[in-house]
Amino acid sequence: MDLTLKVWRQAGPGTEGRIETYDVPGISEEMSFLEMLDVLNDRLIVEGREPIAFEHDCREGICGSCGMMINGQAHGPQKGTATCQLHMRKFSDGDTIVVEPWRATAFPIVKDLVVNRSTFDEIIAAGGYISVTTGAAQEANLTLVPKAVADTAMDAAQCIGCGACVAACPNSAAQLFTSAKLAHLNLLPQGQPERWDRTVRMVGVMEQYFGSCTNHGECHEACPKEISLDFIAYMNRDYRKAIVKNRSLIAQP
Amino acid sequence: MATTTRPAAAELATTKRKRPWFIELYGTALGKKYVMAITGIIGMLFIVGHMVGNLKLYLGGDHLDVYGEWLRTIGEPALPRTVFLWLLRGLLITAVVLHIHAAWSLTRLNHRADIKYTNRRDFIAANFASRTMRWTGILVGLFIVFHLADLTWGAANGDFIRGAVRHNMVHSFRRPPVAITYVVANVALGIHLWHGAWSLFQSMGWNNPRFNQWRSWFAWAFAGAIVLGNISFPILIVTHAVTY
Ligand code: FES
Repeated sequence: MDLTLKVWRQAGPGTEGRIETYDVPGISEEMSFLEMLDVLNDRLIVEGREPIAFEHDCREGICGSCGMMINGQAHGPQKGTATCQLHMRKFSDGDTIVVEPWRATAFPIVKDLVVNRSTFDEIIAAGGYISVTTGAAQEANLTLVPKAVADTAMDAAQCIGCGACVAACPNSAAQLFTSAKLAHLNLLPQGQPERWDRTVRMVGVMEQYFGSCTNHGECHEACPKEISLDFIAYMNRDYRKAIVKNRSLIAQP
Repeated sequence: MATTTRPAAAELATTKRKRPWFIELYGTALGKKYVMAITGIIGMLFIVGHMVGNLKLYLGGDHLDVYGEWLRTIGEPALPRTVFLWLLRGLLITAVVLHIHAAWSLTRLNHRADIKYTNRRDFIAANFASRTMRWTGILVGLFIVFHLADLTWGAANGDFIRGAVRHNMVHSFRRPPVAITYVVANVALGIHLWHGAWSLFQSMGWNNPRFNQWRSWFAWAFAGAIVLGNISFPILIVTHAVTY
């Protein structure tokens, strides 16, 4: 099929960017969206022009690096799918597709479609870990985790940190990301010792860079892992308990 | 040899000057969301009471006036006349001021955090109500000022008699532009409530598979009941179905 692509081109951070239009003929519907961009880039290189910079790594929907805004939707039109797993059969011959990088103050553009998501790393660094004592590993079966808890923690741990939640949010809020990262540790026994401090610290860093949640629910729709809005409520609950009940000081579960 | 160092004097001084925890909490965005939710609940409780009270219009006679007078005497003789009413008003004014201040500063935070796309976002989950909270909020705020001028202070009423609730209401709503204003404002209020009544559960972290479905049913029922009840007064009066 033949497509027209309108892509955001920007030479570097802080420089002026603009939308450029490219004709992309002869695309197979079996290609992924990234393969379609590869085809275009091959041609641009042959023509001696600058290829479009975009981030990608695993191309199997697990690394979270391939995020881009496709026709106003984060990761494009297919629900629960990262850009690399999006196939061209979701588009039709003659379509015009607009591709833009994530846009948020917290995600400055590096080049073309590549943004700097290190503010996510800062949120993780603030508490997205557990502390364990070194030495011989303890018997694994000593720490029991109920099946339902393990499942919910796993649902949260599916977050690949792609940033689609921020990109899709009209407030550029990072609530879905932060709450998923919190929930997957806060639900498990290993995460309990630092639960309240972790919540306060990670929310604190999140609020330095990102907007505030108004419960639109766009983040969940955009999320390639379909992370539930419930985690945002759990985060709000844990933060409230941590501060109002002073849980980190009086040590009550 | 292990040594312990005392915190430097400067550090001690800053810890001492730490503001109370609820002020600190209000300084955070999540804290402001709790305030939005709690002041919203206070407003919702008031709105229910206000509507139920006004339904006495349909009991005829001086039922509404007697009810209005009763509001001034709640708490007597333990409290002097209107003291309880003023305490309630104080709570409501505080709630409204906090609700507006939190909304205003969260909006500024969100505008700072967001950069517009060249090609607009294609909204999937966000609905009209959630995207117009700021506008329906402003509309309701302006309406409250007009409503007070109309039926509490009397300045916008024309034939205002203090304490004659039924008379004032019928006189005011017989003016078609006023009736239309009330209907429009209450529809805006309903839209605001519909999103707010669901959203507050998420903000407060009240989430449980047991009642999650009830949260949206509650929002529909609450907003629907308030709008229907409230717009019935101007509509039935302007059509002369209800008279002095
Ligand atoms: S390239 Fe790894 S998730 Fe798409």
